[in-house]
Amino acid sequence: MFKIRITGRKTITPLRSFMTNVSALAAGLVAVSIIFLFCGANPFFAIGKIFSGSFGSIYGIKETITKAIPLILIGSGLALAFRAKFWNIGAEGQLLLGAAFGTWTGLAWGSVLPSYIIIPLMFTAGFVGGALCGLIPAVLKVKFSINEVISTLMLNYICAEFITMLIVGPWKGKARFGFPGTDNLPASALLGVIPGSRIHYATLIIALLSAVVLCVIVYKTRFGYNVRVIGENPDAGRYAGIDFFKTSLIVMAVSGGAAGIAGVGEVAGIHHYLGYPDAISSGYGFTAIIVAWLAKLNPLYTIFSGIFFAGIMVGGDAIQISLGLPAATVDIVNGTLLVFLIMGDFFLKNKAVIRNR
Amino acid sequence: MEAIIISVLKQAMIAGTPLLLGTVGEIICERSGILNLGVEGVMSVGAVVAFIVTYTTGHPWLGFIAAVAAGMAISLIHAFASITLQANQVVSGLALTMIGLGFSGMLGKPYVGKPLTIKINSFAIPYLSDIPVAGQVLFNQTPFFYMSVILALAAWFFLERTRPGIQVRSTGENPQATETQGVNVSLIRYMSVIAGGAFSAMAGAHLSTSYSSSWIEGMTAGRGWIVIALTIFSLWNPVRAIWVSFLFGGIFVLQYLLQPLGISPNFLAMLPYVATLVILLVISLKDSKRLNAPAMLGEPYKRGER
Repeated sequence: MFKIRITGRKTITPLRSFMTNVSALAAGLVAVSIIFLFCGANPFFAIGKIFSGSFGSIYGIKETITKAIPLILIGSGLALAFRAKFWNIGAEGQLLLGAAFGTWTGLAWGSVLPSYIIIPLMFTAGFVGGALCGLIPAVLKVKFSINEVISTLMLNYICAEFITMLIVGPWKGKARFGFPGTDNLPASALLGVIPGSRIHYATLIIALLSAVVLCVIVYKTRFGYNVRVIGENPDAGRYAGIDFFKTSLIVMAVSGGAAGIAGVGEVAGIHHYLGYPDAISSGYGFTAIIVAWLAKLNPLYTIFSGIFFAGIMVGGDAIQISLGLPAATVDIVNGTLLVFLIMGDFFLKNKAVIRNR
Repeated sequence: MEAIIISVLKQAMIAGTPLLLGTVGEIICERSGILNLGVEGVMSVGAVVAFIVTYTTGHPWLGFIAAVAAGMAISLIHAFASITLQANQVVSGLALTMIGLGFSGMLGKPYVGKPLTIKINSFAIPYLSDIPVAGQVLFNQTPFFYMSVILALAAWFFLERTRPGIQVRSTGENPQATETQGVNVSLIRYMSVIAGGAFSAMAGAHLSTSYSSSWIEGMTAGRGWIVIALTIFSLWNPVRAIWVSFLFGGIFVLQYLLQPLGISPNFLAMLPYVATLVILLVISLKDSKRLNAPAMLGEPYKRGER
């Protein structure tokens, strides 16, 4: 008789952690292939197309980096929030509110202020917008013990309806001929792009800085230590006198603010006006959850996991066109990979010993 | 006037039906200690499977059965990850929602915009439906409505008055003690998650084969998330879930009622979500001491550990 025994692992080396993640992703892709097969698509072709569409050409790489910008920004903020076991599922709404704040700033003062003043102002406004949207669930959680998963999710819907209300109503642009959306931002309020691409480099730099700075904060500062204690052992945190309210507020302001900045980047760098919510975001807030998880909640690693999932988004667009698959295909790929990543965590924490007895 | 009131109340019941089905399922699941955030995804799968099977076979009840089976099957993902692998239930539930929404979008793509020629119609209960007002509101409804109320009462009876029901509850309160009584905690939790999936799928089937008789992507519109809030609002009690859900159905209907007054439709569309937050706030102010949440909700159970 063979018997499988599951026992806890004492030490986890970084190499093992990395290899577990890689094998989890590989196993996830096998599972995705089976789903493709089930839906009548050739899995080798489909998965090949996802990666050749995103990383296989100069155009693909440019698009992948463009989409990685919001994913890295949001993902690094979420990594911080998830460290504190604050389940912020509302990045989508925070991004939208940040986009609205940034657009308003750009439209109001963009024509009178030079770029080097208006663009930092817009990013600041976006940060404030996203942070406000993030602070509401933080207050609700700490002061009223309302589950943050629900409050952040409800705010996603509320923000989306709010933005739609603005763009079909008071904010509707005069130059839109009755179609929903604000007017285009003035030229000085637009972000510069790397020539021949849509990569708005100002936001890219902020995203990379966010990943680095948040990593330093998490691992090298007292605040970061507090965040980790709250997440891993709240009782110890309470005993040590950590201020839960203050820490949660800061964590959610940063996490929401990062999403807000991503929103400004999307509007000022890509769309140039505030349009329908699903046009502005295309699910970055949700994909960034997996980005943070693949990065093992280390903000620095979201640079790599952000690029990886941006690739899947771009490749997903490619297979939509060539295989006629619906947009939802990317959700399946993302969800399946997430399931395998959390399964991988099990094998990281435990080992299976097969005994012959 | 009476006709308007009847119509509004009736609509509120119809809009509340999927919420009640989903909430009862989530209550059973959470009572066993497993938080399932995958309701939105499972509901969506239920809706698309019910629609496709009904569309191709012409038998809505066959569609219903297929939806329930599909809902149970896809819930296994969450059950396996959160019970066997002791994974984080928040993340695993989110993954289930992503997969469910993606899968339903993929399967349903060829069916978008196709109307269902046959749907599950309302059915007047003889004699009872002749009662003024209440008869029309409560006894001239779709089978889904009757089913949701009966299942809610049955779930209450099951949880409070039967041995397996008590085992479900004690699994959520103290799995170690339950295990020492010779109860298989993992099995109970698996069953509860699967039951929850069946209920969510029924809610989805109601949406696509009775409520709107068509399929579009995203037709669940956050109902799965509202269900999770209603589970808290109903204090994990299936009977309380009945009026809670129909109250919320009323809020959904209020949107359409207020629209002619010239209020922005997008503003009105926020109502159910804002109401969810307000209600959670009210409960926390009023009931914070007796919230009654299962003690081990969201905690993985490891055999042989204290």
